[in-house]
Amino acid sequence: MNNQGRPTRPSGGETTRRGTFTGNRALDMEEALIFETGRLDATGVDLEAPAPFASKLGAHARSAAIGLPGLTEPEAVRHYVRLSRNNYAIDAGLYPLGSCTMKHNPRLNEKMARLPGFADLHPLQPISTVQGALELIDALAQALLTLTGMSAVAMSPKAGAHGELCGMMTIKAALAARGEDKTRTVVLVPDSAHGTNPATAALIGLSVRAVPAEADGVVSAEAVEAALAPDVAAIMLTNPNTCGLFERNIVEIADAVHAAGAYFYCDGANFNAVMGKTRPGDLGVDAMHINLHKTFSTPHGGGGPGAGPVVLSARLAPFAPAPSIVGTGDALSLAEHHEGRQAFGRMSAFHGQMGMFVRALAYILSHGGDGLRQASEDAVLSANYVRASLIDLMSAPFGDRPCMHEALFDDRWLKDTGLTTLDFAKAMIDEGYHPMTVYFPLVVHGAMLIEPTESESKASLDLFIMTLRDLAMGALGGERERFVAAPVHAPRRRLDETRAARQPTLRWAKPTPA
Amino acid sequence: MRYLPLDAADRAQMLARVGAPDIDALFADIPAAKRLNRPLDLPGGMSEIEVERRLTRMAARNVAAGSVPFFLGAGAYRHHVPATVDHLIQRSEFLTSYTPYQPEIAQGTLQVLFEFQTQVAALTGMEVANASMYDGSTACAEAILMAHRLTRRRKAVLSGGLHPQYSDVAATLGGMADEEIVRLPLDPHASEDIAAAIDDETSCVVVQSPDFFGNLRDLEPIAAAAHAKGALLVAVFTEAVSLGAVRSPGEMAADIAVGEGQSIGNALNFGGPYVGLFATRLKNVRQAPGRLAGETVDADGRRSFVLTLSTREQHIRREKATSNICTNSGLCALAFSIHLTLLGEAGLRRLAALNHAAAVDLAGRFGAIPGVDVLTEAFFNEFTIRTPRPAAALIDELAARGIVGGLPVSRLAPNAGLDDLIVVAATETSTPDDRRSYAETLAQLLQTGGKR
Repeated sequence: MNNQGRPTRPSGGETTRRGTFTGNRALDMEEALIFETGRLDATGVDLEAPAPFASKLGAHARSAAIGLPGLTEPEAVRHYVRLSRNNYAIDAGLYPLGSCTMKHNPRLNEKMARLPGFADLHPLQPISTVQGALELIDALAQALLTLTGMSAVAMSPKAGAHGELCGMMTIKAALAARGEDKTRTVVLVPDSAHGTNPATAALIGLSVRAVPAEADGVVSAEAVEAALAPDVAAIMLTNPNTCGLFERNIVEIADAVHAAGAYFYCDGANFNAVMGKTRPGDLGVDAMHINLHKTFSTPHGGGGPGAGPVVLSARLAPFAPAPSIVGTGDALSLAEHHEGRQAFGRMSAFHGQMGMFVRALAYILSHGGDGLRQASEDAVLSANYVRASLIDLMSAPFGDRPCMHEALFDDRWLKDTGLTTLDFAKAMIDEGYHPMTVYFPLVVHGAMLIEPTESESKASLDLFIMTLRDLAMGALGGERERFVAAPVHAPRRRLDETRAARQPTLRWAKPTPA
Repeated sequence: MRYLPLDAADRAQMLARVGAPDIDALFADIPAAKRLNRPLDLPGGMSEIEVERRLTRMAARNVAAGSVPFFLGAGAYRHHVPATVDHLIQRSEFLTSYTPYQPEIAQGTLQVLFEFQTQVAALTGMEVANASMYDGSTACAEAILMAHRLTRRRKAVLSGGLHPQYSDVAATLGGMADEEIVRLPLDPHASEDIAAAIDDETSCVVVQSPDFFGNLRDLEPIAAAAHAKGALLVAVFTEAVSLGAVRSPGEMAADIAVGEGQSIGNALNFGGPYVGLFATRLKNVRQAPGRLAGETVDADGRRSFVLTLSTREQHIRREKATSNICTNSGLCALAFSIHLTLLGEAGLRRLAALNHAAAVDLAGRFGAIPGVDVLTEAFFNEFTIRTPRPAAALIDELAARGIVGGLPVSRLAPNAGLDDLIVVAATETSTPDDRRSYAETLAQLLQTGGKR
């Protein structure tokens, strides 16, 4: 029994559960692969064969079988609906993945993105036929500039990491214009950074110099100054950082970076904490990507698509990649080439994630300026509420101090239990919750990073808190089995990930007859 | 605000629990001089109906592809997508879940990815595929980096048949990473000698088929020439439906096959989101970018799926990762996979035949117009015509008559001396009337010399 008196475990315990003939357990269904149930001659699409004609494929025609099974429509619907039911989703429950901002995804935004005037639009149509699309991109761009206080925005990056790449390329282009791209080849990155930061730097030939954080979880201007040198191109700093803290020395850090002739890249993954509270442009940031799929609620879709527009300071704006929107009012156009500018090149074909732009703009219009500020305040308040409600049981690496939109705990409190962060996370699954982000940031041992977002009601937060308290007391009270065996109520128990990596099976293959 | 459940009483109680006098106390770490102590310069919040009005008005300023005779391809293709696809991808459990980091409660997404990888591998004739990239152009750029890692060389040769924006993306990344990128001149006739451009420093040649101009290319001799010099063949496609009719990259000995998957399951969306397909040989997989779903068992021995080989990835390896990619195109990959499951082998082959038939029909009509030359001999659903007048102006005149007639090559390649070329695509969504209308209107425009 949990604090609300709801039984969450069958009274007889796991061992008495009877197997079923199908392997199904009521609504929890096993589902075969399409390669096991589909047939090469089955199809769920009625297409008439073309009238006979003279092929122009020449010697290029495909003769061999492809190996693609088909399903009729009812079979296909059932396959995917049954699969879907094995997924956790924000629509179904609190999803406190720190750093991922799993907030509510309004369906209005889905509806708007599917308007034929947006969805059924080819990227290379004559400009006269896409004025409304350019208007929408421009409107979103202006809103992002207003929110961030920056000078320009590159809209084309397709996700956060792609935005990082765009921002760092912009910096490299600006250095090249100064003749310093060959001498400034080092990027300062705190240990707490997302893995994408050092990976991005390495992609374009920059090396990484680590910057330590202070004991209180933030980077000091002194540490940055100590790492700055004539070979430094930029600092990549996440703010609010991955420990859920605002980098309170950020202005001094920006000043030091600029004084040393380097640029300030800000990882904007956590922008959800500060909308309407402060602006990166006022803090001295030169480039920052914005994850539209985090802050502006475009759905994560099981791993994308995202969108990562990059806002730029005045000194970097001239180097923004193609394309950009030019013109005003009723006569917007696209600059798709350099056209005499210093644009550094192109991040991807076409103009960016239009489908995400429509959703993000719908989200911004729905909230308005006040609503966005309120969303950030509620996100921060909710995270602090969770933090304050658990701090007496669980340990926090930086003590009992306020956080931004995510609350970070470590595993010191589990020290004498023999249990791990992973055990705790898996036990949350049995209680009907998606676990928080675990083992990230790497600088905190056994990290548990909880981001409730602004989308939860107080009742939802209270039940979550009571559940975590019950689990924590269970862990501290020696309830080992509840954790090491978990999850037992999920569609699957813990997976053998070692086997997956040692003997990789990355596609279905026809079983060889015994 | 309809999306925010907390009310004033909730907030007051929560602040009390936190021990903060007011909300701004929680933002105390923001330097005082840098706090935004005024409202954002954005309009107030809107109701659903207001947002709908505003955005519907913008959408109405565009000409939806389906509302006119439509013949534009060049890297994005308009196909009919069964209603089932969009219904299924909007299931909450697919739409609003995250990357499957907790496999016990993400088997739906993981099994879909495993099926997607198998479908992509089959379609491309390769051994393994990853769980998707952002789009075809970025998949192509990542394939070049992978070839560099595999060969320990840093020079890529790009065919003149590669989509110009794909070449731009590869050249941008290559330039930033101090690689050598050799771009062969745009090649409408598929007459370039790629083999001659391969030397002992070349890590890969990047060749598209059907190419940007619609030409089907035999990649087998190019693969042989590359392999003879220790280089790899990166095969690119932008129209995945073509693989239902033409030989696959795998059959033609490609080492890496990348392409745009938009045309199966996904709308045009003005250029994104799309889904990059990435496939290779099994022996190369540890150098591949992106996520991989693999099969394993759970503690009860039941077949299960999980993200695997993640030691290649940025969240584990950081600066030593094979790529920085994190979020990819999961939901677009799902749409691709559902559409391909609905089609099946038989449906895909028939869809491909319908596309080819439409394009052959249109090419035949153009061939009868005096002054218009169809340049492309072997093609799938897209080909290039030469017009006696500048193509860009013709396309604008066609648009004024309610026809989207294709891509003037000069739009993507303004200084290539190819101002009289139009790349034209015809898919199963074009009707015989559409095609007749296009040919007749073009003939009229050319007869009257464009004077209206």
